[in-house]
This record gives sequence, structure tokens and C-alpha cells, in this order.
Amino acid sequence: MSTAPTINHPAYYADYQNLRQQLSGSSPSWLNDLRAAAWERFDASGFPTARRGNEPWKYTNVRPIAQGRFDSPASGKDPEALLLAEGNSVPSTGFEPEWLTLIFVDGKPVVTPETRPGIVGTLAPALTEGGDGPTGTRENLGHHATIAEDAFVALNTAFLNDGACVSLPDDYDEEVFLNLVYVQDSPDSVNYPRTLIVAGRNTRLTVFESYISVNSDNAPQYFTNAVTEVAVGEGARVTHYRLLNESRNAYHVGSTRVTQARDSSYEAGSFAMGCSLGRHDLSVLLDGTGANCSLNGLYLTDNTEHMDNLVSIDHAHPHGTSRLYYKGILDGRSRAVFGGTVLVREDAQKTDAQQTDKNLILSDRAEVDSKPSLLIYADDVKCGHGATAGHIDDDTLFYMQSRGIDPQTASQILIHAFASEIIETVSSEPVRDYLDRLFLETVSGKTISGLGGRPVSPQRQGGA
Amino acid sequence: MTTQRVISRESTDIDSEYKWGFTIDIEQDVAPKGLSEDIVRFISAKKEEPEWMLEWRLKAYRYWITLNEEEPKWANIQHPRIDFQDIIYYASPNSKDGPKNMDEVDPELLEAFNKLGIPLEEQKQLAGVAVDAVLDSSSVATTYKDTLEKAGVIFCSMSEAIRNHPELVQKYLGSVVPYADNFYAALNSAVFSDGSFAYIPKGVRCPMELMTYFRINAMDSGQFERTLIVAEEGAYVSYLEGCTAPMRKTNQLHAAVVELVALDDAEIKYSTLQNWFPGDKEGNGGVYNFVTKRGKCQGKNSKISWTQVETGSAITWKYPSVILQGDNSTGEFYSVALVNNFQQADTGTKMIHIGKNTKSTIVAKGISAGKGQNTYRGLVKIMPSATNARNFTQCDSLLVGDQCGAHTVPYIEVQNPTAQLEHEATTSKVSDDQLFYCQQRGISPEEANYMIINGFCRGIFQELPFEFAMEAGQLMKVSLEGTVG
Repeated sequence: MSTAPTINHPAYYADYQNLRQQLSGSSPSWLNDLRAAAWERFDASGFPTARRGNEPWKYTNVRPIAQGRFDSPASGKDPEALLLAEGNSVPSTGFEPEWLTLIFVDGKPVVTPETRPGIVGTLAPALTEGGDGPTGTRENLGHHATIAEDAFVALNTAFLNDGACVSLPDDYDEEVFLNLVYVQDSPDSVNYPRTLIVAGRNTRLTVFESYISVNSDNAPQYFTNAVTEVAVGEGARVTHYRLLNESRNAYHVGSTRVTQARDSSYEAGSFAMGCSLGRHDLSVLLDGTGANCSLNGLYLTDNTEHMDNLVSIDHAHPHGTSRLYYKGILDGRSRAVFGGTVLVREDAQKTDAQQTDKNLILSDRAEVDSKPSLLIYADDVKCGHGATAGHIDDDTLFYMQSRGIDPQTASQILIHAFASEIIETVSSEPVRDYLDRLFLETVSGKTISGLGGRPVSPQRQGGA
Repeated sequence: MTTQRVISRESTDIDSEYKWGFTIDIEQDVAPKGLSEDIVRFISAKKEEPEWMLEWRLKAYRYWITLNEEEPKWANIQHPRIDFQDIIYYASPNSKDGPKNMDEVDPELLEAFNKLGIPLEEQKQLAGVAVDAVLDSSSVATTYKDTLEKAGVIFCSMSEAIRNHPELVQKYLGSVVPYADNFYAALNSAVFSDGSFAYIPKGVRCPMELMTYFRINAMDSGQFERTLIVAEEGAYVSYLEGCTAPMRKTNQLHAAVVELVALDDAEIKYSTLQNWFPGDKEGNGGVYNFVTKRGKCQGKNSKISWTQVETGSAITWKYPSVILQGDNSTGEFYSVALVNNFQQADTGTKMIHIGKNTKSTIVAKGISAGKGQNTYRGLVKIMPSATNARNFTQCDSLLVGDQCGAHTVPYIEVQNPTAQLEHEATTSKVSDDQLFYCQQRGISPEEANYMIINGFCRGIFQELPFEFAMEAGQLMKVSLEGTVG
């Protein structure tokens, strides 16, 4: 294979070859091997298809990505000027002083924290022969998000050469806050953001990870293929928010892989505000007794956007607790997909798992596909799930109008109230304020008035 | 009226043996093993079918061939590859032209059905239930034909319907489950041998329950029956299906297709007590029950209700569905699925909402014991035209023992904002507190466990016709024997 490989994805292969030539001298051999294995895996399997039987991709077709031609980002504009530009949505204000900031623009680090060396920084030093990065990089990188399980993870790993890293040593006694921003700007480019989060024993860590485009007016088309690995040590507590607010023409496929040791706690908020075709694949392994996780999510879709949230929780040990709560608001001709899987393995007795997905549909051309599944192999468990889909009924709107609130305002209040349940789970104040503001901007102008009461046009009538 | 025990039959000796495992020795007309165009022609010729029926079978067979024996893989079930050439596709009790009346039926056959608790002779017939008894590939006899005929109801075997009512069969056969619907439906369409046909004319409330009793007897044979029920405007029918099979060390394939059509204001209530041989305690043998059941609420205000109690079969792969096409139509699905030992069940329903103000209710109870794996898999789809559609889904699973599995995989697809959907599911084991409470009151653990499980299923049993609700409870009890240690 290595001498005369058959190449199924020549465009990506050219990029991969370039990268390999650039880095083969400076990279340690384990990394070269990892990249080579990842490339082979990706090239052999290719992009997933929604063909029959491929359940994780049943409702999402990645053909636009597979058929698109994306280059490495061109280094043209001054990234710092980009960040300072008026009206950009980079989360920056209100986070000081305890928050550290790490910003990448088109894959290059632009703002790096000066304090806490060896704890927060870029991955690059650890990926250079003889270089030293934060501790635990090599042990964890590629171990939580494995190339075998997913083609997109493999593709990201094949291009692994930098990224963000936060690694708290065991018993590090200060809570660390990291504001991590990946900005995509170059049209027709592909980015492979990679994040490694390691929280040692009994540590506390909060990360706000966002994927945004500052150039939202001309909405460039690009492809973001992100992978985030999170290792939560024994008794550690990690709070992890993720924002997807890409250009409205962008493709985003993100994979987050979390491994939790015993008695650890992982709290996540996944906020998807929009992109042309988006997917966030979050999977949490409760790899120790008494671990608990709480995963909340909010997704907004409009126009012809497609957003797919795939969330899996693997209860591998007893006494685990998981809470999964996602909500979606759909408008236009958009489509949202929720695929939740809670797996309770044979040993995982005394598991307590709850899973809920609720959807608010604002338009009669939007579609939601929800699949909240439970796979249970242990008997002493308490598991439940629920899903709803619907619109806000006329009575509620009428009630508000009878109290003197105009329909537009009433709509806004009701939509906001629906989403607030998720936004309010964000315990960090600057993040919550930022997300709330962003939410209100995104939904401003949306209305739900009269939807339910509108008479159905005659041609819509069913019948034989 | 005394309660008849048909599918369950009370047993005095608690040895947890399958009580229906006997075989009868009867002369049979058997086709050679294997499937080919010739076999399809052979079956059609045996049944003296008209040309159009053969053509339809052949179309189905040719489609099935294109699937390359690739059976569907998405269900949560495991079994060795099925050799479709190692199955007998036609086995029928040897009688020349089919019995004209009860007196002509082979007494051995009558005895066999007597033994099963289905007396077919006129004097002993079950009160209030008309039975069509099907052994392997053929319908043996149908009771109460005269009473039904007086009401205008047609209830006969499929072969008879093809001969006597070709216009009805041609109009509705395959209209709900087309031959290209899925792998097993295609196979069934090509080789189906018999089954029941019921037609309830306009405005008629069927005077009695209709029942088909399916029995596999021949060795190495598959059973492929086809049932078609049509309820004309304003008609009502309650239909019951029961099944058992002898104990065999090898697996047997049962791939049936059931189609229901309800026109304006019609209602069809379809109940199943499925008790195919589940295999022995080590997981040897048992029936592979791969069934396609679907109803179409074609008319306005029509209603189709599926109730199933699934305790048998080594593997169950079954999704009784309703297409809610007419405005204001209603679909219901009530299910109890029990797996014990090495049984596997992947069962659920599909509710396809097309018409306005359509309603569907799904209540599924899964019980897993031993090393059984039980999966609820269901789809609720709201099409853009289904304004004000409403669905309620509840799936509860109960785990008995720590080596079984209970899985819930609901699919919800909504394309209309006015739809209101709710889905909820819970999974738990029999609570220790409840068991303790019962034992404190002097009830044995086994008895207490059974009582709690029976309570868990009560809501579903109540949907069954009265006599069969009693039986269902009995059947559960027998199936659960030996699970409490």
C-alpha cells in the first residue's frame, strides 16, 4: 500500500502530501505514523453516505462536502485587523480578568495567553520533535477521538499539526477559564481545528469553545472539520460550552469525544446558531464509577440550513448519572436532526439516565427528525427519554395579545422563553450573557403569529 | 360462557416446556426444497390460480432475486445467514380438492386442532368466534361460514378468495404492502401459500370475532401466509390471529404479510397472540418471525387498531403500521413483547400521518428476561399535508434479570408545524420495594413477580377481546416460568 497507494481523494491527498513534506523532519515519528494511519483510514472509507443501514448518517447527506473543493486557507488579510473590525461577533468583552483567551484565525494562532505556560497554549510545541507542550499531550491526543471510528475524525487527524491545548496537572488548585475561538475567514478553504482538554485529578476547568465567522455579511463558503478531545480526571469538574456560529454558507462537522474517570463531572452546552450544513457529534464515555454528565443543547435553523446533533452517552460503569436535554427552533425550509443514544452496559448498574429533545417549529416547510434511543443491558437502572415537536398554540399568543402585547413582541417573548431553559443552564455569566445576546440577534424578526390558526389551503387536503 | 384457552392453555405441571410442541403425522403434499421460478409456478399451479396471480408472483420473485439474498441488516437482531434454498416453500395436507364441508376434513387434522384447543367440528366450535385454521401452507377449514354469509361477510382462505372473489383480491392485494416493499414482503409475495381473506361490506358490523389459527407442522418448511382484510364504508370487524409451532431443533422461517384496508368510517381491530416455538433454553431452534403488517386508513374517520402480544419466536421482526391517509383517521398500536432465554425481538410500529386531524397512539411494553434482547423500533412521520396531526407514544421496558437487554429506538420525523407529538419512554426493573411488599403479604416471589408484570401489561391486555385477554395473561405466565430465582 505504501509504495503505490490507490488514491480515492486526490484533492485532499495533495494537501496531505504537502503537509507531510513540510513537517516530516520536524514532527516526532509517532505523529508521522498517526497522520499516515489516519490518512489511510480516511482514504479507504471516504466520506460517510446516508445509504441504507448507516444509522448515524440516516438523515444527513454530506455530498456538498464530499463534492466540494476546499484548499488550505490563503494567508491574505491581517488577522488582527479582522478581530478588531467593527461588529464582529468574537466573544471577547466581559471575559477578563479571569478568562484566558486563545484565538485562531484560519488555523493560525493569533492571540495566545501569556500567563500559565505549560497549562494553556497551542499544541504545536508538543507536536515538534524535542519540543515541550502542556503535559499529557501525547498520552491523550488521538486516544479519545480514534481514527477507526469516524471518517471525519480520521481526516482531521491526517492534518494534525496545531491546535489548542489546555492541560491541568493533578490537584491543580485554581479553577481555569479558557475562551477558545476558532475564526474561519478564507472562502473555499478547509480548516482542521483540533482541541485537547485534559483536566487532571480534582481540577476545575471551564472552556468556552467557539467556531465563528467574522465575515458574516458576504457569508463565505468553507469547510470546518473540528475534533475536540476531553479527558476528565478522577473527581475533576469540567464545564464545556461549544458555539457553532459559522458563515451561513459554511459546512461544519465537529466531533467531541469525552472520557470521564470516576466521580468526575462534565457539563456541556452545545449551541448551534447556524451554518449551511452542520453536524456536531458529541460522545461521552463514563469510564469510571459515579461519573455524571449533563449535556444541554440548543439549535436554531433557518432558510435551507441543515443541523444534525448526534449525542451518545456510554454508561460503562455503575452509579453513573446522565442528563441530556436538547431543544431546537426551526424556521424557513430548514431541517434539524437529533440523534441521541444512551447506552447502558451490562456492568453499569444503578445508572440514572434521562434524555429529552424538544422542538419548536415556526414554519410549515421546516422538518425535524428526532431519534432519541436507549440501549440498555443492565437491569437495575432508571432510564427515560422523551421527545416533543410542535408549535406555539394560538391560545397562548391570544392570551398575550389580550394583555396588550403585540404579536411580534409576544412571538419574541415565547421563542426566547423556549430557549431560555437551555441558555440558563450556562453557569458562567459572561458566556451566558454573550449567548443570550447572540440568540436574540439571531431570532429577531422571527414570528409565530397565526401559524396554528391559519386555514389550510384546499389543495393541501388529504384523501385517497 | 367459559373462557376458552386457545393459544395459551393452562398447564398444571410447571416444567416450563413448550406445551404446543407436538407434531402430527399426516400425509402431506410437499414441494422440493429450494426456491426458483419453477417453485413459484408449482405453488401457483397447485392452487389452481388464474394467470394474473401467477404473473404477480413472478414479478415479486424477479424483484426478490435482484436483492441477492441480502436480508435487511438494520434491526438489532443476530442470526446465522438463512439459506433460502434449504427451505420447503410448500407443504399441504394431502387432500385433493379441498374439503367442501367439515365432514370431508381429515379426522386426523381435526384431532390435531382439537389438541390445540381449536375444535373445528360443528358441535364443539368456539362460541362467538369464526375460525380459519391454517396448517403449513393450506387452510384446513373455516367455521361459521353460513352465519357470516348471511351477514354478507366474506371470510375464507386466501386461495378460495382468489378463486371466488378475484375482483376484490385483485383490487386490494398489494395495495398496502407492494411486493417490492421489503425483502421478506417480496419473498412472501412470490411464494405465499395461503392465509385468510375477510371482506366486510358497507355498513356491516361483523356479527362475530374472526380468527385465524396458524400452525407450522412440516419439518424444514417455511410458512408464508398472506392475510387481507377489507372493511368497506362504515363496517367494523375484530380479527384475531394466533400461532403455534412444534418444537424443532432447526430454525423455521415464517414470513407473513398482512394488509388491512379501512374505507370511510370503517374500523378494523386486529389482535395477535403470537406463540411460535421460541427455541429451547439454550437458544436452539425456534421460529424466525419476519412479518410485514400494515394497515391503510384510506377513508375519512376510519380507524385501525393493532394489538399484539408477542411471547413466542426465536426472533421477532415485526412492525405493524398504519398509513393515516383519510382525514380524521386514527391509528393505534398496543403491544406487549416478551423475550426470555435467547429470544430476540425487534418490534414496533410506523404511523404515517398524511391526512388532516389524524391521530395515533402507541403504547408498547417490553419485558426482557433471561438473555433476551428486546428492541422497540418505531417511526412517527408527519407529512406536510397532515395538519393538526397528533401522536402520543409511550414505551416502557421492564428488565427481569441482569443479562437481558431492553432498547428503545424511536424515529420521529415532522414536516408540519401544527403537529403535536409526544414520546416518552422508561426502563426499569421490578422494584424491590414492590416485591418486598408482596412477600410481606405472603405472596411467593414468583407469584409476586408475575403479578407485577401482569399489572405492567394490563393496559394492553384490556385492548384484547375479552376471552383472549384472559389467555394473554396465562401465556405471559407460562413464558415467564423460571425467570425468578
